[in-house]
Amino acid sequence: MFDDLQKRMGAAVGRFRARGVLTEANIQDGMREVRAALLEADVNLDVVRDFMDRVQKKAVGEQLIKAVRPEQQIVKIVHDELVELMGPGDPSIRFEKSGPTVIMLCGLQGAGKTTTCGKLARLLAAQGRRPMLVAADLQRPAAVEQLKVVGQQIEVPVYNRVGADPVVVCREGVAEAVKQGRDTVILDTAGRLHVDDSLMAELSKIEKVVKPHQVYFVCDALTGQDAVSSADAFNKALELNGVILTKLDGDARGGAALSVRKVTGVPIKFLGKGEKLDKLEAFDPERLAGQMLGMGDIVGLVEAAQSVIDEEEAQRQQKKLAEGKFDLEDFRKQIVQLQKMGPIKEIMGKIPGLNQAAAGLDDFETEGSIKQLQGMIDSMTPQERRDPSMIDMSRRRRIAAGSGVDPAEISGLVKQFDAMAALVKQMASMSMLDKMRAMTGLGRAGAFQPGAKLFATKQGTGKRLSPKEKEKLRKEREKEERRLRREQKEKGKDGGQPRAN
Amino acid sequence: MALSQLFDRFKKGLSKTAQLFNVRAWFGRKVDQDFLDDLEARLIRADVGLKATTRIVDQVREVFRDRTADEDLLAFVKAEMKSLLADPRPGALAVAKTKPSVYLIAGVNGSGKTTSIAKLAQLLRLDGKRVLVAACDTFRAAASDQLSIWAERAGADIVKGSPGADPASVAHDACDRALARGADVLIVDTAGRLHTQTHLMRELERVRAVLQRKITGAPHESLLVLDATNGQNALKQAEVFTKSVSCTGLILTKLDGTAKGGIVVAIRQAIDLPVKFIGVGEALDDLQPFDVDAFVESILS
Repeated sequence: MFDDLQKRMGAAVGRFRARGVLTEANIQDGMREVRAALLEADVNLDVVRDFMDRVQKKAVGEQLIKAVRPEQQIVKIVHDELVELMGPGDPSIRFEKSGPTVIMLCGLQGAGKTTTCGKLARLLAAQGRRPMLVAADLQRPAAVEQLKVVGQQIEVPVYNRVGADPVVVCREGVAEAVKQGRDTVILDTAGRLHVDDSLMAELSKIEKVVKPHQVYFVCDALTGQDAVSSADAFNKALELNGVILTKLDGDARGGAALSVRKVTGVPIKFLGKGEKLDKLEAFDPERLAGQMLGMGDIVGLVEAAQSVIDEEEAQRQQKKLAEGKFDLEDFRKQIVQLQKMGPIKEIMGKIPGLNQAAAGLDDFETEGSIKQLQGMIDSMTPQERRDPSMIDMSRRRRIAAGSGVDPAEISGLVKQFDAMAALVKQMASMSMLDKMRAMTGLGRAGAFQPGAKLFATKQGTGKRLSPKEKEKLRKEREKEERRLRREQKEKGKDGGQPRAN
Repeated sequence: MALSQLFDRFKKGLSKTAQLFNVRAWFGRKVDQDFLDDLEARLIRADVGLKATTRIVDQVREVFRDRTADEDLLAFVKAEMKSLLADPRPGALAVAKTKPSVYLIAGVNGSGKTTSIAKLAQLLRLDGKRVLVAACDTFRAAASDQLSIWAERAGADIVKGSPGADPASVAHDACDRALARGADVLIVDTAGRLHTQTHLMRELERVRAVLQRKITGAPHESLLVLDATNGQNALKQAEVFTKSVSCTGLILTKLDGTAKGGIVVAIRQAIDLPVKFIGVGEALDDLQPFDVDAFVESILS
């Protein structure tokens, strides 16, 4: 849905990322990018200006968090501002205690009012309400027919009367609902331009005569800069109670969501996400802002990093590294820290740019591999962890038995420790996000698969192997190696004798 | 309709837009960053889009930097916009050598396809053409009823399918009917679809394939109906629809509101799709051939 905005925001934040230290100048630069992204997303220009001001104020005053880089912090500020601008979400509808609750839907032509009427009625019926639809769109040819068909599909009665005035139809519709014991009435009004004074007056008249309890403005998510003026006009004419945003199943960048909320001040209630009548969702600003930013949830990551990383421990490790002392024990600690932050795949999913990598992990048992790695280290004695070179055949067999792996895998781990240590050494000076990246790199390079060759350049096979297939191949390779060794041994024996002869 | 009347109507539709572009109020101002920011803001507010706007603003900066804004600058901006919008054959639709000429109409939900088809049918009827419309929107409830009512008002013939029927089969029948009855024009209405729904885009391609197979050279025009209130997403729509059914032109609807329709500038810049017609109201005769001069004049005067 917000793919586009995601990509754009991703690029914009990339600008932030490229710089190490946060200075006024590079905020300006990145902020310009964010501004461009928001404008391309159709957020209203005035709303964007206001937004940028707020973000800048917040960013400049704020203290830096050590575990994350400044640009990540800015993402969180941008995110928080987006949430604030769009929220709070409020999908609840206040129903009247006595008599039917009357809900009126209004909006421009083609916003999706009639379809939304059906969706809303279906949702309310599912919640145990007894809704009735009133066909008050006498403007568009066959609009009444359309609502009738929709009503049939969801088994909700539709009131209509040919040749009457929309005001009369609405009034009679409500009266009919009372008669039939319906507790909710949804009025489907005709689409109209907010500059059409006579039609806007008609809408006000309906409001005056029928006194709907809730008036919702149906807004097309594809709307551009004009969203502000139409929403404002409808809000002035009708005192809106909420907004329903439609067509969010496309790739609209959804700037209208920001604009409309900002201009009308009324909450966004629901999102229309498809043509089928069950595609109405409650609006969740957090989720929408997260999706918009394309940061998945770097914000969540920043928060998690803040709470999990023990500053002291980090400094201790840093010091050790500076002295060139990094052992398996430290490596294990890093792994445990990572795991505290949640499943690797989930964490990676939260990091833009790594989302695809995360998807690729589907057929890659990262969690298992890391656990196995941790298990192997756990089975070592403290001395072994500090100095892996002391692990001989017998120790190897013991560790393998303790962690339930093949002894060869222990050798693999030990052999790769140096390579790993070098990477981890780099990681120590990195932020949490970079660590995650490096871990991913390691994972893909096979660091968590003790049998694999680290740093072997990955080459396209034209076919992605499943873990099972990989395992099979690995076993075959090992078998082949054992066979070769055996043959060589035997050759040595065979070759030895003739010479002795 | 007299040409002057037509022009008035056009202006009426765009008058709100024009207010935003009251460029003459700037005359006498120095062309500095402030001025350029203003110009940029105005174009962005008109949904012209950042890229197209930046292009225009950059050119103004280059030519007029530190000069005083005057008629020259206005003329320059106008010329710039016109160069971005000019269409060699404004408002003219391709006509087949042997009838019928087939026009495929597509667009996202609620952009105004059915209404535009009615208006187009009316326009062609007034031109003395025999028009047949094909109601290939078999998805939306009562869509074919809507088209029937419009077709009747416009005096056009209609081919319908049952609800949920395969749109391609309706198109097939419509081609047969058009050939049998010797219709001059066949206008094919399709269901609204977001360009991201690939299965629906494929369905649209199938409809086009049927037209191609049944009638030589068809569709002679594939028109994308764009809602002028749409923002930058319209560019995506234009790109994807063009890729899918090789659009040949645009119908820009709902220009009678406050929406500026500036996105057509960006679309023209990106994929060179000309605007053929604009919709400026709900009545049958509210479809106008796109006139670039009138468009830019109305915007800037």
